[in-house]
Parts: sequence; C-alpha cells; structure tokens
Amino acid sequence: MEKISVNSISKSYGNVEALKGVSFNVDGGELFGLIGPDGAGKTTLMRIITTLLLPDSGNAKVCGYDVANEYKKVRTLLGYMPGRFSLYQDLSVEENLNFFAGVFGTTVQENYDLIKNIYYKLEPFKKRRAGKLSGGMKQKLALSCALVHKPEVLVLDEPTTGVDAVSRKEFWDLLKELKMQGITIIVSTAYMDEASLCDRIALIQNGKILGVNTPTGIINAFPYKLFSIECEKPTHALENIRSLSICKNAYLFGNSLHFVSNNEENSPEIIAKTLEESGVKVDSVNEVSPEIEDCFIERMQRQ
Amino acid sequence: MRTILFLLQKEFIQIFRNKSMLPIIFLLPIIQLLILANAATQEMKNINLAVVDFDNSTYSQRLINAFYHSSFYTIIPTPQSENKAIDLVHNGDADAVLVINHGFEKNLVKGEKVSVQLLVNSINGTAASLINGYTSSIIQSNAQLFGAGNVEIGMLPVHTDSRFWYNPDLNYKLYMVPGILVILVTIIGMFLTALNIVREKELGTIEQINVTPIKKYQFIVGKLLPFWIIALFELAFGLIIARLVFNLTILGSIPLLFTFAAVYLLVALSFGLILSTSSSNQQQVMFLTFFFMIVFIMMSGLFTPTESMPKWANYFNTINPLYYFMRVNRMIILKGSGFRDIFPEFISMSVLAIVTMFFAVNRYKKTV
Repeated sequence: MEKISVNSISKSYGNVEALKGVSFNVDGGELFGLIGPDGAGKTTLMRIITTLLLPDSGNAKVCGYDVANEYKKVRTLLGYMPGRFSLYQDLSVEENLNFFAGVFGTTVQENYDLIKNIYYKLEPFKKRRAGKLSGGMKQKLALSCALVHKPEVLVLDEPTTGVDAVSRKEFWDLLKELKMQGITIIVSTAYMDEASLCDRIALIQNGKILGVNTPTGIINAFPYKLFSIECEKPTHALENIRSLSICKNAYLFGNSLHFVSNNEENSPEIIAKTLEESGVKVDSVNEVSPEIEDCFIERMQRQ
Repeated sequence: MRTILFLLQKEFIQIFRNKSMLPIIFLLPIIQLLILANAATQEMKNINLAVVDFDNSTYSQRLINAFYHSSFYTIIPTPQSENKAIDLVHNGDADAVLVINHGFEKNLVKGEKVSVQLLVNSINGTAASLINGYTSSIIQSNAQLFGAGNVEIGMLPVHTDSRFWYNPDLNYKLYMVPGILVILVTIIGMFLTALNIVREKELGTIEQINVTPIKKYQFIVGKLLPFWIIALFELAFGLIIARLVFNLTILGSIPLLFTFAAVYLLVALSFGLILSTSSSNQQQVMFLTFFFMIVFIMMSGLFTPTESMPKWANYFNTINPLYYFMRVNRMIILKGSGFRDIFPEFISMSVLAIVTMFFAVNRYKKTV
C-alpha cells in the first residue's frame, strides 16, 4: 500500500523553479531515499510532504490524505525532522520530549518502546539543555521527538549532514530498526554512499526526478562499461582523456578517474594503450561496476 | 485545552530561564519609575526672579518679601532699570522680571487699581505658563492682605482664584507615574510578545511546531497568555512601587483599573503579534515595534496634554490604544473615576481590541 504518493508537483520561488513536475510513490514499511546534491529541491519536496509548503501545481498524499486540503490529518500521522536542528535549545532533553509528546496528545511512556533504542543513550543527559548537546546527540533527540507520537510516516530531511562518520553509521542502523517496526521512512541525503542503505531511491537533480528504483536496479541499469584509471596528475589528464574518441565521459572519483566507455569492445588494455598514446602516464586500468554516483552522473548527462 | 497547557508550561519555562527576562520584569519598573518620574518633572522649583522696584515703598517691599518667603523663588540682585533687568533674562540669569511702578503704594492706599508688570522668558512654553501662574497667584494673595483692590498684572487682568483639583500640590510625579506604568505594561505586552514569536521563526522551532496538530488559536493563546499575565503582574508591581516611593494612592477602583488594563493588553499583544508576522528576525521586529511605540507614546499625552494637540493628532488618537489607557489610568488613579466616567474609553478600547485581534489571527498563518 502506498504511504506517500507525489503526483507531478511543481513549485517555484519567484523565477527559480525548485521542483518541475515531480512524481513518485513510497510504499508502506519502505525506507525510501531521496538522493541529490544541494539545491536539487529535496528540502522543498520534504516541506511540501510535511504540509509546510503548498505546491504550485500537482498534489501529494500521505496515507491517502491530501497534504493541502487534509493537512490537519496529515500532521497527526507524520514525524518530521528538519535539516536544521529545530528543537528548543533552552529546554532540557526531557522537557523537549515531554512537550512534543504533550502537543500530540500522548506521553513519552506510552510510546517508549519505539524510542527506547535511541533515547537510552540520551537518558544520562536528560537534564541537559538541548542547545548544549553534541551534534550526534542533538540528532538523536530530534529523532526521538519526531517519533514520540508514534507516526506512521517519518520524514527526515538530510539527517546526516554535518554528522561524523560513526554517528552516521549509527543513525542508519537506527533507521533500519525503525523500519522493522513498520514505520515508513523517507529520508533525503546528499551523500551518494548512503543510497545503498535504502530500499528504494529517487535520484533528484534541478527539481527533476532522474529515476526511481532499488539501488541495485539503478546500478544494473547503467548502460555502459566503466573503468577505473589510476594515473599521474589525474586532474591534468582529465581534459586529455575526455577528448578521446573512445571516451563517453570521464570524471574524478576519489583519487582515481572513472572512465565511461562509449562502446562494448573496449577493454582495460585498449584504454591503457590509447591513453599512453595521448601522452597520459597510466598506472592501472580496471573494469569496475558502477556505483550510485556513476549512475547519477550518467543520468544527469542524459537529461 | 491540554495542548494549551503544554504550550503555556513550555513558554513559562523558557521565559523564566531567559537570563534577561527577570531583570526586565523586576528592574525595569523600578528604574523607569524612579528615574523617569523624578527626571521628567515639570514643576518649577527654582525660579530666578529679577525685581525692579521703582516704588521702593513699604507695600512694594512687602510684596517682594512674599517672593522671598516662597521656596520656589530666588530673588536675584537687580539694577534699577527695566532694560538691564531684561538683559538678565537674555543672559539666562533670570527667568522672569517683575516691575513695580512708581506710585504702587500710593494708589493702593487710595483704593485704586494698581498694575505691576511681569516679563517671562517663554522659550519653554510650559515653564513660562507655570511661572506666570505661580507669580500671579502670589501677587493676588498679597493684594488681599493689603486689604485693597485688585493688583492687576500687566498680562493677566482677570482676577482668578485657582484651586488645583485631583492633584492639589501640582505634584508632577503623581501625574507622571500612571503614565509610566502605561509604558511599562506596553513594553511587556507589545515588545516582548513580538520578540518572542520572531525568535521561534529565527531559530526554526516554529517549523517543528507547525508540523504538529497544534491549532492556530492554541498557538496564539499559548504565546499571548503568558505575556498578558506578566504584564498585569507588572502593573501591580509598578503600583506597589509607586505607593511605597511616591505615596501614590489609587482613588478609583483597582478591579476597574485592571479590567481596563486587561482589555488594553489584548490590543497591545495583538499588535505585537501583527508586527511579528511582518518580520523575519528579531532585529526587524525591534525596529518596527520601536517605531510604533515612539509614535504612540508621543501622541498619547504622556508629557503634553492631548487637548492642546492639533486636530489631526486628536483624530489619530482615536486609534491610539496608549492614548486611552494613559487617560483612563490617570482618571482612575488620580481622579477616582468610576466605570461610567470611563465608559466611552472602555467602548473604544474594546472595539480596538476586537479589530486588532481579528487582524492578528488572520495574518498569522500556520504555513509560514
């Protein structure tokens, strides 16, 4: 059953088109990722789903309720964690949690099961003001507050931005646990490596959806052969490599280069040879399977 | 209802946790009352009077002595020349010149009308009229002692017998204190409310509130009620200080005073809410509120009587909530006016309250 359905939503801020006819569905119990760089329109989309913004055209439904007309109902079903820490910094951990439980007409005890895995780490600091918590702790508190009324759908806007690697890992483990409890989760992120942790993902760029699929589905749909090249001065060599006739596209990928071949016949040997001929000192060429980032770049160029 | 209680609880925790809040609530009234009431006095305590006595008689000396004995006057040494005396006024050494003409005593004894001349430095119009008033009354009362006809002052030929009602000693502090209380209540009601709401916007917490099922009216009540209570407390606190320090007694009914203040606060709070919806950060809302406060205060009759303001100002004051509260506060405290006396103001204030509340609630959109 669809928990969230977004139908051709458009939204503009003045002359800037933030969303251009976005559509996708999120099924019940799914961990759905919205993957895209900064400025892609992720936050705008999240704010429309959470009833904070009205779309210019199109509509969105949460659990079958329209976000524009039935926003009152939607708000009782949603848990939202904005990208920016938005709890009361001058209230303690405990006070924040009790307040949000209170305004949703419930108590912390009633839904303690749902948050205990997250909250037990915060418990020793429950008298501390929220503003005095570390980044990872703030994030856990925000998640607890978003969950305290046992929402059916959890909306997380870039929850891991600005959080250290260990806390990020922990956070995704928590999301998996929540998913097991039957909560539908939609999470946006600019980190491509987090995409593989989702059940399904939507790639978004410039207000358009580039594709919706499972992470494996997206990777399998990559239509070209991909090679990883290690060479001297990769930044310098890039220009040279892009001009080769056998090259569809090339870009930096960590310390190496990713080379998208424009035909199926190319092998590491052929590429190495062609590169040497054009004056690039090659250390190694290997065929690799694409990652989400490769798929994203490929789809972006196709547009 | 439970939701409102949670909102109120949260709001009060935040208000009393805010380090600058308690000083604002307790120190502000003390400082404002003590400093403002004492500094903004319009009493003339020290009038420098130059006397040119051409008559030099027993009667003229008696008149001059009367000024010597008054604590308000300092007689400054004056040459026997009208022009030189006027120079003293030019130089700022004298505030007024009293000229007693030749034949003052002779005419008095004959029972004829006599005239003295009073020249007053009128750069400050209010001070000038006060000096004129004081001086005339001293001359008049002495004329009666002489058992003779009226002593006629050059510029005031009418015999007046004044009594100052409601504030018999013309104690300016008693006039200022109710006015300052109005300002205090307004600062709490309008300023702090507007700042508080904008702070939620600035910190982004309003975003989190907006995705909860909290209803519009609940949020507004949760925001306004704490400041409504604090402002009324502030009024009580200010009245107690006024009683202890200035010995101010409230002649009228205290419940009536607080009822009117409660209605006034609805206007002030709603106005604060309107201003906060038009601003996105605390700086903006500070400037906006400050602007409106200054206009409202200056026009309200805190320092200058509204009756002497031009017509347009009086038209403006029909929508100036501070004007009504300033007026009613003084009426109830100093004059002991009852509900019937303040009925017109009460109606106007209630209409203002309904209109501003309507606008405030409409302007405040939950989808920010």
